[in-house]
This record gives sequence, structure tokens and C-alpha cells, in this order.
Amino acid sequence: MGRIGTLLAALTAMIALAGPASAQGHAAPMEPSAVPLPVQPQRVVSMNLCTDQLAMMLAAPGQLLSVSHLAADPRGSAMAEDAKAYRINRGLAEEIWLMQPDLVIAGSFSTRATVDMLRRLGVRVVILRPAYGLDDIPDRLREMGTALGRMDAAEAAVTDFNTRLTALRDEVARRPRAALYYANGYTSGDKTLAGEIIATAGFTNIAAEAGLPSGGHLPLEVLAMAQPEAVITGRPYPGASRSEEVLDHPAVQALRNTSVGAVLTDRDWICGTPHVLRAIDDMRNTRRRMEAE
Amino acid sequence: MSLLSVKNLSVTLRGRPVLRDVSFDVGQGELVGLIGPNGAGKSTLMRAALGLIPSQGASSLAALPRVLRARQAAWMPQSREIAWALSVEALVTLGRMPHGQRGTVADRAAVDAAIARMDLDPFRNRTATRLSGGEQARALIARALAQETPLLMADEPIAGLDPEHQIATLDTFAGLARDGHGVILSLHDLGLAARHCTRLILLVKGGILADGPPAQVLTDDLMARAFHIRAFHADTPDGPVFQPTQVIR
Amino acid sequence: MKPLMLILVPLIVVLCLSSLVIGPAGVGPVESLRALVAGDEGPLTLVMREIRLPRMILAVAIGASLGLAGAAMQGYLRNPLAEPGLIGVSGSAALGAVLSIQTGLSAAFALALPFSALAGAVIAVLLLLALAGPRGGSLTLILAGIAISAMAGALTSLVLNLSPNPFAANEIVFWMMGSLTDRSMLHVWLALPIMVVGWALLLPLARPLEALTLGEDAAASMGINLVRLRWQVVLGTACVVGAGTAVAGAIGFIGLIVPHVLRPLVGARPGPLLITSALGGAAMLLAADIAVRVVLPGRDLKLGVLTALVGAPFFLHLVWRTGRTPV
Repeated sequence: MGRIGTLLAALTAMIALAGPASAQGHAAPMEPSAVPLPVQPQRVVSMNLCTDQLAMMLAAPGQLLSVSHLAADPRGSAMAEDAKAYRINRGLAEEIWLMQPDLVIAGSFSTRATVDMLRRLGVRVVILRPAYGLDDIPDRLREMGTALGRMDAAEAAVTDFNTRLTALRDEVARRPRAALYYANGYTSGDKTLAGEIIATAGFTNIAAEAGLPSGGHLPLEVLAMAQPEAVITGRPYPGASRSEEVLDHPAVQALRNTSVGAVLTDRDWICGTPHVLRAIDDMRNTRRRMEAE
Repeated sequence: MSLLSVKNLSVTLRGRPVLRDVSFDVGQGELVGLIGPNGAGKSTLMRAALGLIPSQGASSLAALPRVLRARQAAWMPQSREIAWALSVEALVTLGRMPHGQRGTVADRAAVDAAIARMDLDPFRNRTATRLSGGEQARALIARALAQETPLLMADEPIAGLDPEHQIATLDTFAGLARDGHGVILSLHDLGLAARHCTRLILLVKGGILADGPPAQVLTDDLMARAFHIRAFHADTPDGPVFQPTQVIR
Repeated sequence: MKPLMLILVPLIVVLCLSSLVIGPAGVGPVESLRALVAGDEGPLTLVMREIRLPRMILAVAIGASLGLAGAAMQGYLRNPLAEPGLIGVSGSAALGAVLSIQTGLSAAFALALPFSALAGAVIAVLLLLALAGPRGGSLTLILAGIAISAMAGALTSLVLNLSPNPFAANEIVFWMMGSLTDRSMLHVWLALPIMVVGWALLLPLARPLEALTLGEDAAASMGINLVRLRWQVVLGTACVVGAGTAVAGAIGFIGLIVPHVLRPLVGARPGPLLITSALGGAAMLLAADIAVRVVLPGRDLKLGVLTALVGAPFFLHLVWRTGRTPV
């Protein structure tokens, strides 16, 4: 049976709600969702940028079959090179089904319809929440380790992460005021991954004094009046957008001229993985340069 | 003195000749009725003579620069369009446009005279678009009068009016002709044309079939050839009566 | 000066000052204005000169442009429903602007942005005149406008979706609804000169548009050059709508509401309505731009949302009346 035949079988299965019994095209029998997870799934598909990276870090060789196309994009992925070793998916139920996975890992923001359809087709789907702070990262590593049956690898990664994180924490005499300023004028508060990154690196986030402790829309003129010592903006994506235009507004340019104005590398800041340590290190170096001046 | 001189005027619309070699002159004091069956080219002739559409041949009006032409002839199209709810006074004042800026003493005098002539004083500040059809027609004639041109041209000015307004309108134009204007009207009502016009031009298939006083144009022969009709006509103490009666098959 | 001007001009001045002193920075009005004028290079001067001043100038210029364009198009088409936003001119200008941004043309040559928007607007106006010229009725005009709007909107979405930039796809709202948030003096210099050209083309149309009240034939017989009038309307409208849309997106309904409200106050004459609508448009957009800052501060509520909420009922009212009595 060819790919199209398999797809037709999948559709039939879906329409008849017959469950995995009608998926005769599969070499490996599908696990009904009630059956417990196999100790170590062998055909894992990840469909979210952050779960992609966690899975690539922890999976045993040959265990991970496919990651999302975002994982292969160096603009957003800290592991774009590693991603080249895997098949790429675009998060569509149909292509994932054809890969005959025994485990699909999705983020909580993955398309609901896709996840539901995969579950109806009898595919085991594990959903990981995003990390909202540094404390979440060990939890996510352990959750991924459990899903992949790689608990030992996860524990090792957690230990390594905690050790390196502790080493990055300086005794800071003065905490420079920094503004996180993204496209469309958004900022991140203290209780976010980005907020904890700059806090750990020794900065004070101006979001709180601007009345946005959990982040949100920071009006340009509030930013200008706050006079932060560092403006941390996203690296612009290729292809223009009006949303990013505000990052080049004369008022922001003026702040850059008087402050350090570090450009952040988005890929290290996006996902709650041990790669955030690199972001903290960069920001710590920026702060040290500022203090040296 | 000739107010309009048309020589060998021809118009072709989309490759079809609509007007062929038309020549005539109109002088002061003339009330010229342009008659002819539907599609004979009456509107086309007037618009070409005014220079509103391209034509071959010569028209003394079309040859003038835009503004001078607008001071020579006023034009009342058949549509009687009034797009916005202007007051009658504002509407009539539009006629002063070819004379430069509004608001001079001469402008005000011309507007007042036009309004008075058309008996529109009570309507002066009324909204033109809320008037009856007959009153709107009068306001539009007043607009043309305010233009203070020697020549007045109107396309079917009495179409759609009731008998009272038809007769009153033609009386107005006759009066203007007596005052020394030249007036050219296209008309479908041959009876009214016979009674009011000093001269009729009979247009058939884009050419002039006859041109002269009503009695010489409204003959049995010409009516049969141009309109395929027979008519009753008589001279009465109240003037000539002309009434088409039947179609000739 | 006429009484109407005596109301509109002070109103605009008051709104301009309000626009300058209202903002999330929360600084006193006197202090703000002193920082604007004196210029001590402090952060407040930066805020006043680089953020609030361009926003105020653009609100005045774009508002005036939209009011003027609405009055001019309505006068030319002799139809109170003609409005650059409703009949797809703004949408097509937005498409032109999006194309120049996404092809990188505007990055290579800054003026490409307003000029592309202008080109989009010219095409839309010409298409409209061809489909529903002065002889076409209201229905034809609105149907042609819906078709052009739909096409321009779809193409704009397509271009934004094809962009490699993840933010671009979400920007359809900005282009469809318009906003003056975080504009800079750069935008003023890009748009203002072209808008001034548009004003210079449209404002002298007072007399021709008056004459056109009686129809094209009568206007021509009164010495109006119809060919020139047509091109002046097309290019003037495209200039003001194109330049405005390029920097602020498509802001609808101002060109509909403002002439509609002011028309009875100028005796329905299309000539005086031009300058009056320009002033009225400036006042309305200033007020709308102040309202979006006061009603939902920090949310970047789109201007078009507000103008549509106010304008759509006007539009329905006009549709109701059209064909019953001339407005």
C-alpha cells in the first residue's frame, strides 16, 4: 500500500471512528490510548520548537524520528544544526500520522485540532507546557525524560544545568536598569523566562516600574521616559514588518546611543532549555562591560 | 447679427454617422424649434454646435475658447440634474461661473433678474431639490439666464411638464427671443412648436430636411416623410393649431 | 472668515494641544509643552518631539486628507456614498504600501513606500471610474467598491502571509484598520509632501465641482474642462489617500462622515465643502486618535475600529436615504 493508500486508510479510520484496528497499513501496531506508555518509545515525533530541542538533547540515538520545521530554522532554534539529522514536520496531522509514530510530543500551544485528531487516530500524544521561568526548566527536562524513557539522561542534564546556573550568579553591587523591548512594543515582566534571564544576569527590569510586572504593551514614550541603561530588543527577522519598525524608531535609536543597547539573540531566549544559560552569560558580560566603562 | 453659425457639421459616434453636413445660422430674436423623430440627431446637433462633443465641420461656438463660449451660449441639458440640495439662489448663482468670481454687483444683479424673470422670488431660499418638477425646471432656466448669454439652448425643456408649465416655459423663451436673445429648443410637441417658434428646423436621419417658418415646415408632405403622420391644422383667432391625428402605413 | 471656520479652526487648535499633552508618560501639560518648545534634550523633549509631535501632525494631515478626498470624490461622482475607504481606494493603497515593504523596495528607497501606495490608489480610482463613473448609480459604485476592497484585502493578506517575517502575517489588522501609534518624524517627511501635492490638486476643484452639480454637460457648457477635472480628482485623491495610508494604514469612514455632517452647514454646496471637510477631517481624526489613547490606553486600539463604529451607522443611514431624496 502506497502513501496515498495509507492516507485513505487513515481517513477511513477517522470517519468511521474505528480506532487503530483499521490502520492495517502500519508495520508497527498502534497502541490504543488506554495501554500504558512503552518503556522507551522508538518512533518519536516532536511538533513544537521547544519540545524539539528538549527531545534532541535527551533522546537516545535513533529514538527521535522527526522535529518541527522551526527547529531547523537558525533564526529561532538554538539547535538548528542538530535538527538537520531528523525528518522535518510542519505540524500537520496527516504527515505525522504517515510517519507512524509511537509517541508524539506537542507543546500546549500546538494546534488543538491536530492533537485531537492524532489522539482519535490512536496516537499517544504527550503535551509539555512551556517554561515560564528558570525553575521550570529542570521540570521540563524531567518530563521529557519520562516521556522518552530517558530518566537518567534527564537527571544528568538537570544536574549540569543547576551547576552552571549557580556558577553564573554574580554578587552584584549595582543592578543596571534594562528594558526588554520587542516587536509591537511588547515587554516581558519579571515572572517570565526573559525577565529571569536578565535578573539572573544582574539587571533590574523596568517593566515593573512601568506598571507591567508580568509584561505587556510598553508604550514607546514610557520607555523613552524611563531612560533604561540597556535596551534589549529582538533581532529583526528577514523580510520587513511594521511590528518591528518600532524598534528603529528615533526614540529607541536615541536610547541606544546613550545606552549599551544589546541585541538579543532570540533563539537562546525563546525556549526553556539549558540554552538559556548562554543568554544569561551574554547578558552578564554586557553588564560587566557597562560597569567597566 | 448671427449668434450661431454652423457649417457642414458632421458627427460620427462609434463609426456610425449621426449628423451629416448640417448648416444653419441663428440670429437675434429667433426662437428656433428643432424637431424631428427620435434618433434624428437633435441633441447631437446642439451638443456638437456647443463644442461638447467632437465633430467635423465648423461651429462658430465650438471654435471659441472654453470661457468665451460659456459667455456666448447657455445650455440646458435634458436631464435637469441637480445633484445636491442647493438653495434656489445658490443654484441660479452657478450660472455666474463663466463671469469669474461670484459676489460682484453685476453677479448679484444678474441672479436677481433671473430669479425675478422666472417668478422664483418666493422660492429663493428654498431647497431646489425639494421643489416640484415644474419649479425645478424654472430654477434651471433661471440658472441659464443668470449666465447672461446672447444665445440659449435647451434640450427638450418641456418634456415631463404639465400643460401649464409647458406653455409658461415656451412663453418665457418667446419673451427672451423678443428681448433680443437667440433661442434654440429641441421639441417633440409639434403643436406647441407651431404656436411658439418663429422658425423650425426639421431634422431627419442626421440631416436637415426643412428649415423655415412653422407654416412652411409643418406641411402634409414633410410630416409624412419625416414622421409618417397625418395632422389636422387650422388658423384660429388664438393662433395656429396643429394636431397630429394618425399614422400613415 | 465664515462662522463655520471660526468654530472648526479653534477646535482643531484645542485638539492639537490635547493630542500633544495626552499620553501614557503622564507628564503635566505645561511641562510637556515647555519641553517641546524649549528642547533641553532630556527624555521629555525626546518624547514630545519624536513621538507626540509626529503623531499630532500626522493626525491633522491625514484627517484633513481623508475629509478632503471624501468631499472631492463625492462631488465628482455626485454620490454621498463615495468614500476612499469604503470603495477600496485606501485598501489598494495599503496593498501598494505592503508590496513595497515586502519586496524590500522601501528599504532601498524610502519614498518608494508612499509612491507605491499612491500607485495602488491611482489604479483603484481609475478602476472605479471605469466601472462606476459619474453616470453609474450608487449601487454600481458600492458594488465596484466591494469588489476592489475584497481584491485588495485578499492580495494584501497574501503578500503578508508569504513574508518570511513571522510578525508580518499579523499586520493585516494594521493595514485594514489604521493606527498612528509610534509614528516618527520620518513618516511625516515621507507622507506630508505628497499630501500637500494632493491638497494643491483637490482644493482648487471648488468651482468645477460646483458646476458639476448640474451634470457633466452643463458643467462643460459653463467652461469647465472635464478631462482636467477628472485627472485632478484621480491624482489628488490618490496622492492624499496613498500617502496617508502608507504611513498610517487604511482609516475608513472619515471621508464619509465628515462631508455628510458638514454638508448642510455649507448649503450643500460641493465647493465650500472641500475646505470645510478638510478641517472637519483633521478635527475628527485628532479626536479619534485622542480617544483610542484615552479609552484603551496601552492597547493600541486601531483607529479604524473607532471610526467604523461611528461611521457605519452613518453609512447605513445614507444607504437608506440614497435614491429617495438628493442629500
